[in-house]
Amino acid sequence: MTWEVVIGIETHVELRTESKMFCGCPVGFGAEPNTAVCPVCLGLPGALPVPNEKAIEWTMRLGLALDCDVTQQSLFHRKNYFYADMPKNYQISQFDFPLCVGGHLDVTTSDGDRRIGITRVHLEEDTGKSTHLGEGGRIGSSGGALVDFNRAGIPLMEVVSEPDIRTPEEARVYAQELRAVVLALGVSDARLEEGSMRFDANISLRSEGATELGVKVEVKNMNSLRSLQRALSHEIERQTKILDEGGAIAQETRHWDEEAGRTEAGRSKEEASDYRYFSEPDLVPLVVTDEVVAGLRSELPELPAQTGARFEAAGVDSIAARVLVGGSLGSLFDEAVVAGAAAPEVAKWLTGEVTAHLNREGADPPALSLDGAALAELIAMVEAGDLSSTAAKQVLEGVLTGEGQPRQVAEARDLIQIRDEEALAEAVAAVVAAHPEEMGRIADGDGKLIGFLVGQVMKATGGKADPRRVSELIRESS
Amino acid sequence: MVCSGALLGEIAVGVPSRLVPIDIDIAKVARLARLGLSEEELAAYGSQLESILEHAARVQALPTEGVEPTAHPLPMVNAHRSDEIEPTLDRDEVLAQAPDHVDGFFKVPAFLEDE
Repeated sequence: MTWEVVIGIETHVELRTESKMFCGCPVGFGAEPNTAVCPVCLGLPGALPVPNEKAIEWTMRLGLALDCDVTQQSLFHRKNYFYADMPKNYQISQFDFPLCVGGHLDVTTSDGDRRIGITRVHLEEDTGKSTHLGEGGRIGSSGGALVDFNRAGIPLMEVVSEPDIRTPEEARVYAQELRAVVLALGVSDARLEEGSMRFDANISLRSEGATELGVKVEVKNMNSLRSLQRALSHEIERQTKILDEGGAIAQETRHWDEEAGRTEAGRSKEEASDYRYFSEPDLVPLVVTDEVVAGLRSELPELPAQTGARFEAAGVDSIAARVLVGGSLGSLFDEAVVAGAAAPEVAKWLTGEVTAHLNREGADPPALSLDGAALAELIAMVEAGDLSSTAAKQVLEGVLTGEGQPRQVAEARDLIQIRDEEALAEAVAAVVAAHPEEMGRIADGDGKLIGFLVGQVMKATGGKADPRRVSELIRESS
Repeated sequence: MVCSGALLGEIAVGVPSRLVPIDIDIAKVARLARLGLSEEELAAYGSQLESILEHAARVQALPTEGVEPTAHPLPMVNAHRSDEIEPTLDRDEVLAQAPDHVDGFFKVPAFLEDE
């Protein structure tokens, strides 16, 4: 039987506000444990939450960027559960009146363009961070757990997609595009490896053409876009096998094990979660006027889809445009083009050597010691014939490792090509004189030997000759 | 909402004492609240909760068409704060309140991930 895959994704995004969602504790990554805490985020008796207006504004910004409607009156609810990382024994979240509802995000995969529905974007508070101790490092083993409440109360947006996603690739592209939107809005650093952006996927299979959804499995613990795609591919295989053999899928939460390359069942629960949501009595309703929404809408920055379209209009091919936007290389691209470099050439360097460098170092574009002007200078040097393409890569490497601006690096590493025609002619003449036999064969039509002689000249000049010009000079001498 | 005894009395007129059978799994409620109750306590709290739910059922039966749902008893909206950092607590003082702590962390008994 052919199975249709149905995937929905829940995305949590920590907001990089200055202070937490309901108290004035600082938001940050890497502080000493339990130093960013106060009576509110520790859930001490009598402490009262007060919402951070910037977090509310930023959540509406994301909602608007995803073409959602902002709810005129929304509410915070208590989600009740006992868990050591929530000291209040409830999480303040939103339930039936979220801030934003009903939007969409357009994605492009190898199968073409698709529109993924967005059910809602709501605002809640993050939980504390727990580290489980115990034999074998197994979650839930008996050694106890360490809890750090610095993360408890950090504003957390939840973006829920419709079950519109059909392939693991589409899931990855959706996640990547959503991340690009968040970064363009500047509301989060959206680092998957640090957990400031997290994806959970609901996946089920149904027979082709069916309208009812199959039994869904929630997959968690994927901390890269690649593992999101891998986990879903694995889960499709696992569920297909069970269904093909006539079995039934258990509704459960499974954890992705990156090293083993498979999902594993969590410990099964005795009873279904019952969060007993009720409206948070310590908080009054949020009312948003049309004027506020119109103001936020007019202040939205250029969004990734628009940026990509603009790059394509400037002559960048669509794949490169997507890499530039997805890799947050857009502003570097714009700077280099403003500094006078040709758009396709800038795109080639950024999606090639620069992206390779970032991947190698695991770094982000803002940390680069390369700016747009430097990239434009490098491109201009290649065009002027000052640098061979090989030398240009070495110069870029020097710039990226902080050796200085392109011309400085090229001079310091002695990579500037000989443009002095006389010096070049001398070097060629010397090689030609030393290889009379080869020159004779070239004259007889053996063109392959030209490459050999160009190599000899490059060797003699320490790689600083322009190979194209050398080749021309050798032909002229034969 | 102000509910005087007289008003409640009026509401109660004509409302059958039991609108819907009240079905409450008191053991589950206790479990969710992490309360260990004896059989006697379960029975006692069960009947008390039943009468509360009965009252809620009566209120629920009132005609509320055209009445805006009340999200909060205070006639107030948008009580926010600006995004500013305020002083935090001293860690030693915070950890001193806990039964156990290690290297700046609270130490708690083992618990299940993703409950």
